[in-house]
Amino acid sequence: MAQAAKFDLNDDGVVVIVGTGAGGGVLAYELAQKGIKVVALEAGGRYYPEDYINDEWDSFGQLAWTDPRTTSGDWRVAKDFSGLPAWIVKAVGGTSIHWAGASLRFQDHEWKALTTYGAVEGASLLDWPIDPAEMAPWYDKAEAKLGVTGVGGRPRLPGSNNYKVFEKGALALGYKEVHTGNMAINSVDYDDRMSCQQTGFCFQGCKWGAKWSTAYTDIPRGEATGNLEVRDHAHVARILHDDGGKVTGVEYFDKDGNLQMQKARVVAVAGNSFESPRLLLNSHSSMFPDGLANRSGQVGRNYMRHTTGSVYGTFEKPVRMWRGTTMAGIMRDEARHDPSRGFVGGYELETLSLGLPFMAAFLDPGNWGREFTTALDSYENMAGLWIVGEDMPQAENRVTLSDTEDRFGLKVANVNFSDHPNDIAMRNHAYKVGQDMYKAVGATRTLPTPPYPSTHNLGTNRMSERPEDGVVNKHGQAHDVANLFISDGSQFTTGAAENPTLTIVALAIRQADHIAKEMAAGNV
Amino acid sequence: MSQLRKQGLTRRALLARAAAAGALAIAGPGFIAAPDAAWAVEVNAISEHEMATLLQMARDIYPHDKVGDRYYAIAVKSYDSEEQKAVVREGIALLDAAAKEAGFVNYLAAGWEDDRVAILRGIQDQPFFQAVRGGLVTGLYNQKEIWPIFGYEGESFSQGGYIARGFDDIDWL
Repeated sequence: MAQAAKFDLNDDGVVVIVGTGAGGGVLAYELAQKGIKVVALEAGGRYYPEDYINDEWDSFGQLAWTDPRTTSGDWRVAKDFSGLPAWIVKAVGGTSIHWAGASLRFQDHEWKALTTYGAVEGASLLDWPIDPAEMAPWYDKAEAKLGVTGVGGRPRLPGSNNYKVFEKGALALGYKEVHTGNMAINSVDYDDRMSCQQTGFCFQGCKWGAKWSTAYTDIPRGEATGNLEVRDHAHVARILHDDGGKVTGVEYFDKDGNLQMQKARVVAVAGNSFESPRLLLNSHSSMFPDGLANRSGQVGRNYMRHTTGSVYGTFEKPVRMWRGTTMAGIMRDEARHDPSRGFVGGYELETLSLGLPFMAAFLDPGNWGREFTTALDSYENMAGLWIVGEDMPQAENRVTLSDTEDRFGLKVANVNFSDHPNDIAMRNHAYKVGQDMYKAVGATRTLPTPPYPSTHNLGTNRMSERPEDGVVNKHGQAHDVANLFISDGSQFTTGAAENPTLTIVALAIRQADHIAKEMAAGNV
Repeated sequence: MSQLRKQGLTRRALLARAAAAGALAIAGPGFIAAPDAAWAVEVNAISEHEMATLLQMARDIYPHDKVGDRYYAIAVKSYDSEEQKAVVREGIALLDAAAKEAGFVNYLAAGWEDDRVAILRGIQDQPFFQAVRGGLVTGLYNQKEIWPIFGYEGESFSQGGYIARGFDDIDWL
């Protein structure tokens, strides 16, 4: 491998990327391959597959973002996990270390949610300024990069015990589109990564590297080009701009806690949907009194987290759901838009398992006594699934600056969220379907489980055709600042029913192409 | 645990048994022990009554009939500290007062779990109850020693995952 690049703090020709997950990590590698100099700043440390831990709490301690955040709103997470609104990763590779690997394209109509669903009271729905046809080639590239199963001639993964229960239940109810998913987990060796060994612990980082993560693909490969420098333990404080309103650099605290300033030609923000708007809001100035690139007032708004929830079923005999991939299969029939069900948009059901320690923490947070413990007593006989549905963007579901400060004296994100009636109707529908699926296979008990701290965090710097409706344009470029980009899930206009990573990756590949062209043309 | 009492055994014998069980280190002025002395837990900063009550409380919050008292004892052991002493004193006093109101001498004197659970429901919004319950979520369920009781197998990477060890071996569907 070539020596990783080292760029001067005063080098104002570099693209600075904040964050190294599915958005930032991919953007970094794509730009580096085009010969563009990149400095990627990552708040967390570096861990490789040999460092990952097959233990839920130990891994959480190693990888999770546990810096302070505050919460408000009527979502249950604000009560049960008030300081932990999200379960995401602080490390080189970001949440691409933790994700389960489900890689689904949006359905065509989901790019045009407002047009398809019509106005929904209390929701701030909008169409994406992108067409499905325009995204198709970028999805192709993303699927090839990730090695997604079930497309591109790559076989699907084999079905685990948890999947077999799920599949039988879904088929018994007459559902048709049921399979082991489109997963960025190798079913056969692919792209120098080995095939899945059905180890479980997908959420804790894949120790085989069978699951795609930027931590051990795009990042080291980007460094090998000689065009990418990754600075870990670099906590970005503020983005600076000049009198002309163009960004000029980024202030960050380095691993020794010293404030540094890296000059930049372009800045791309990819810190996930809490940190990205927080950074813009913390970068307010006399020119941008409400936060950088926030003339619309939309920075931080329209936070979406997918309508989630889980259903666990207990059976007479063992299932051992923890054996094998965490997300081992999917039922897609309910992902369609069909308002006759009492809600707009749709949802996917995907298998899920938690180990005993996390099951105790998340099955019914705060509950105790025998109703709770007898469920855990049947842990070995349990099957599990997770709901992933489109939730409604709402203006007041938003990230703002809290009065709480982090260890650098920076105001932390407050996350305000309340369910929309459409979200509740969808969740209740999905709970019933999930419970019926398990009952159809002889479940002795079913447990509709509340949403966990969010891993799909979307929409807080949303993409819009018109500058007054959102923060960035169709390329993730800030409406207000030409050389500022958003490269993570916060640019999502709406959430769709699909796990977001594949779309984040496709958008990042597409954005790299755009940035390179704009740089070559001298526009940024 | 129906009963906690000092045994006629010497401390040295208890120490030896506890060490053999690998459960708890025993040292200091007092301890409580299982009736069969299969295990014992030391109490330094808090009283034996307080530790015994904590233990029963832990069992009543997360009752698993196949999980022995020694695991619950480990889960609440950290309350036996100078830092926690005052919190425990106040909390157990509150619990015993609630038990008195319900017609029992104290919490431990309520013989049926339903009676004790009713007492706990009355104080479940108190910070003391919430702290004990919250601590148990990791203090109890993150003890690797209890995982086999639930069938959970834990770490699997070192054994090559489950690809050849039954990830798809379900035979009753």
